[in-house]
Amino acid sequence: MDLILEGIKKAFWLLVTLDPEVLRITFLSLQISGTATLISLFIGISTGVMVALSRFTGRRIVVSLINTGMGLPPVVVGLFVTIFLWRNGPLGFLGILYTPAAMIIAQAVIATPIVMGITLAAIQQLPQKLRLQILALGATRLQMVWILIKEAKLPLLAAVMAGFGGVISEVGASIMVGGNIKGYSRVLTTATVMETSRGNFDIAIALGIILLLLAFCINYIITQIQQRHRA
Amino acid sequence: MKRMIGIRIILWTIVSLFILIGSSTALAQTKTVILSTTTSTQDSGLLDVLIPIFEKNTGYFVKTIAVGSGQAMAMGQKGEADVLLVHSPAAEKKFVAEGYGINRRIIMHNDFIIVGPPTDSAKIKGIKSASEAFKKIASVQALFLSRSDKSGTHTKEMDIWKSAGIKPDGEKWYQQTGLGMGQTLSVTAEKKGYTLADRGTYLALKKNLGLDILVEGDAILLNIYHVIEVNPAKWPKVSADGGKAFADFMVSKETQEIIKTFGVDKFGSPLFFPDAGKKEEELGK
Repeated sequence: MDLILEGIKKAFWLLVTLDPEVLRITFLSLQISGTATLISLFIGISTGVMVALSRFTGRRIVVSLINTGMGLPPVVVGLFVTIFLWRNGPLGFLGILYTPAAMIIAQAVIATPIVMGITLAAIQQLPQKLRLQILALGATRLQMVWILIKEAKLPLLAAVMAGFGGVISEVGASIMVGGNIKGYSRVLTTATVMETSRGNFDIAIALGIILLLLAFCINYIITQIQQRHRA
Repeated sequence: MKRMIGIRIILWTIVSLFILIGSSTALAQTKTVILSTTTSTQDSGLLDVLIPIFEKNTGYFVKTIAVGSGQAMAMGQKGEADVLLVHSPAAEKKFVAEGYGINRRIIMHNDFIIVGPPTDSAKIKGIKSASEAFKKIASVQALFLSRSDKSGTHTKEMDIWKSAGIKPDGEKWYQQTGLGMGQTLSVTAEKKGYTLADRGTYLALKKNLGLDILVEGDAILLNIYHVIEVNPAKWPKVSADGGKAFADFMVSKETQEIIKTFGVDKFGSPLFFPDAGKKEEELGK
């Protein structure tokens, strides 16, 4: 118990004194996971809507694959991204292993199926007749998709939160493809793992608390947007 | 309004792609060295002291990947690292003999210790020989935690079992954590078992563990760190200059002085003893 109190005190202290190392780690976490989430939104929503609105053979298999992807183990993603990005691997010419860019790629791979799966479910649960109605009113296909997305705004914002929550709290892939390099690719989760193995439990707890605070702030903002029209 | 949101999404995506590209190219311009090393050098904090000095002196950017010695050498074997700082002598010799590494040089040593609960049910405290202690642990079937991760510490542990003539694999009292040193020590403390640890990590974690040093000082417990440059002839993408620069830095007089005093202020005794220029056989005598 003392340890947790000690950690809370430490977290408070690190935040109040604006510890430069902690600020940098926090900012980098936000930057990497934020970018990865944006990429996953772009790919996930567009593909999710497409699959939701189309009919083709093997569709159920594709949907099952997407739904399985929602539970992709981050370490497995990390392993594959690492192998691809190795100097002597297929994408080695990029030279981005152990960089924040590699972490963004891995996290985007983790978040995309989450966003895609929720988008798929969100668009599909809209009434079928709505589509016909919109089209009957003379909307183009693109306009129809846009209206559907707006109709499904609530679950789609939930997709944003699920995707972001999935990657900001992820450690396995980040440590493998980022390398936890000080001042460069060290984020809140990988720093927590390292401080734990160093026996600095107070700092580890403090970093954990800062991570939770950060996640809360981001989710609070998105929830504000989501619940805007409710009194 | 509709269009505005669409434009905003596109803008955000462009911005994010810029961050992605920016962060990768920023690095391509500076010279980087990938140092693959063991967790003990990072967890002890030694590298946090040494690497900024090296970076300032040479302009290289060091990417430290802290893994077990086994994995560090596997990375070297694939040409995915430029220089190694490891502590698994037998495996290192093989690594160099097979042509994966060149210029293996001794850096420093400390020692392994056998730790266990103060109650010491196997009564090994004070035994001089590590293999005798292991024999006693096996004979009373006291719980022993093994890292089992092909790290330098794990390799050493297997050497000791071998010299004791015991095959602990599959025994009920022999549990494999598959974790790093710090975590394995925590597990050992929780389960009140025995384990082999490097002194540096043990000292760093001591205050939260409640484990005692029971056996120390045996010559077999010597823990020697070497630096090895990955052979650029095998892997053309390896940064030969960077690897050599780091290896040279580690054996330099300035660095050796820092190693000598590192940890004294925090633990009352140094964590590592500098050995550059010495022969492996001279140590522990």
